[in-house]
Amino acid sequence: MTTQSAHSPFRRTLRRMGGHPSVLIGGILVLLICLMAFLAPALGTRDPNAISTSNRLKEPGFEGIMKVYTDEGRIKVPVHYRLGSDSLGRDLYSRVIYGARVSLIVGVTVAAISIAIGMVGGLVAGYFRFLDGIIMRIMDGLMAIPAILLAIAVVSVFNAGLTSVIIAIVVPEVPRVVRLVRSIVLSIREEPYVEAAITAGTKTHLLLIRHVLPNTVAPLIVQGTFIVASAIIVEAILSFLGLGIPADEVPTWGNIMGVARENFQLHPYQILYPGVLLAITVLSVNMLGDGLRDTLDPRFAKRV
Amino acid sequence: MASYLLKRLLATIPVMIFVAVFIFMLLRLTPGDPAALIAGDFASDAQIAEIREKLGLTEPLLKQFFIWISDVFRGDFGESFYFKKQVSELIAARIEPTLSLSMVTIILTVCIAVPMGIIAAYKQGSWVDRIVMGFSVLGFSVPVFVIGFALVYIFSIQLNWLPVQGYKRLGDGIGPWIVHLVLPALALSVIFVAFIARMTRTSMLEVLGEDYIRTARAKGQTETKVLTRHALRNAAVPIITVIGFAFAILIGGVVVTESVFNIPGLGLLTVEAVLNRDFPAIQAVVLLFSLIYVLINLLIDLSYTVLDPRIRY
Repeated sequence: MTTQSAHSPFRRTLRRMGGHPSVLIGGILVLLICLMAFLAPALGTRDPNAISTSNRLKEPGFEGIMKVYTDEGRIKVPVHYRLGSDSLGRDLYSRVIYGARVSLIVGVTVAAISIAIGMVGGLVAGYFRFLDGIIMRIMDGLMAIPAILLAIAVVSVFNAGLTSVIIAIVVPEVPRVVRLVRSIVLSIREEPYVEAAITAGTKTHLLLIRHVLPNTVAPLIVQGTFIVASAIIVEAILSFLGLGIPADEVPTWGNIMGVARENFQLHPYQILYPGVLLAITVLSVNMLGDGLRDTLDPRFAKRV
Repeated sequence: MASYLLKRLLATIPVMIFVAVFIFMLLRLTPGDPAALIAGDFASDAQIAEIREKLGLTEPLLKQFFIWISDVFRGDFGESFYFKKQVSELIAARIEPTLSLSMVTIILTVCIAVPMGIIAAYKQGSWVDRIVMGFSVLGFSVPVFVIGFALVYIFSIQLNWLPVQGYKRLGDGIGPWIVHLVLPALALSVIFVAFIARMTRTSMLEVLGEDYIRTARAKGQTETKVLTRHALRNAAVPIITVIGFAFAILIGGVVVTESVFNIPGLGLLTVEAVLNRDFPAIQAVVLLFSLIYVLINLLIDLSYTVLDPRIRY
């Protein structure tokens, strides 16, 4: 079987990807952040939402005592604030570590949903010409509203929370995916092998799945990576502004910064910890995307 | 040209109609009673009924839309629930800071990004090029509010050179005005610079390989003139296009930057409106920002003929 040999295009692509510095560095960093999010309970963290009014706004490294209410009544436990505490005495270290989870969940979920909807929309618009006009006008309309503003508008009609944030970020991303898929479909339609398949009487759904869809995979992986990065940023922005995920429910890098901004002048580091982690995460996802674009989709690389 | 202009203008109408319908429907399509949603959890039935009346929610949907859109055309966006003022007055009072911030940002960006891109392309593969490209990846990745706080930390808190936040009107003197705008504009321009420097580099690289550049050099033209007069003019169209697209990022960035620096502009108004579920204000701001964005891209399309005489419509 030639496809199993070391010279198969699949393996060649894998090897090329492994040798690309951006894919390598970006990939390792992304993996580390995923590990951090996954192993959050094992990394010396406490309940990130536990409030301690006697330990508010402590400096990094502060050793304090926290009152905990158990079945046997109130007991005092020693606590160590590695990165200090916020204005409600919550442990910043735990919040920052747990905050990685929301960023990654939002990033990946938004990318998956946007690609799923965008792929269907793009295939339909590109292949069924009579629907093209309507779909693309709707997409033009959605793209006429600046992305963050559109997300803010969508979030404003829902109750704040993870689901509404995801919906709000998906809406502005979908038109970009639709456009990409449609442009690929339009160029693939003209290929001789597609015309041959049509002549041979291939059913439309089989034609789309077998001949058109595989061509969208590489560009969509690349686009998906960039969507992850931008979704992480938009979630952080929404939560920072107080429009996204509430700080007392789930800690996210955005809402940690939103809380910390009130005391920024006295405790600037509280904003910088989640800020730096956020920047590193987005940077590594973007690097991974750049590298994937170079290796998976050389045509796309030339276009941008 | 005139027919193209007309066609291009007409094409923006369906887009804006869609935007208007979308903004209008957003509130009506959400699950539950929009009036109850606006009123919040602690509202009495009477308050909810009052809001319903004010929004005209008792009328049929189509009639509601036409009432709303014809008001909008007259510049009447209704009364703000939270600020208890006409939304149009509210916007008029908030427009100066946003306009100032955007203008200073664009000027700053173009002054930094275009030379950066040109030098990177001219010295392709050198350390300058690598720094510019590295900066552009970094610029895409660091959110504007993180940059904003980092700048405030360095220049306002540590060095004490610039004010931490706030805004001074241009009417109160140009000195205080610009001093308050330096940091927000700098923070906001980072992603913009990343975007435009990268595009300038790509566009210049393409042009620098052309025959007429070799010809210009062969006839003894100085390198500066080759770069600016021959290369940049031909590379301008994609750069300007990207500036147009980047306006969406700029508008989004304005919302965030104004919050970080407490600048009482349209961006801060948007956030305040959403936090207080002030729907007339939200609708007006989103519609206004979208209109500006669409019009700027229209202007940019039309500017091609001026920049590149080869383009004729």
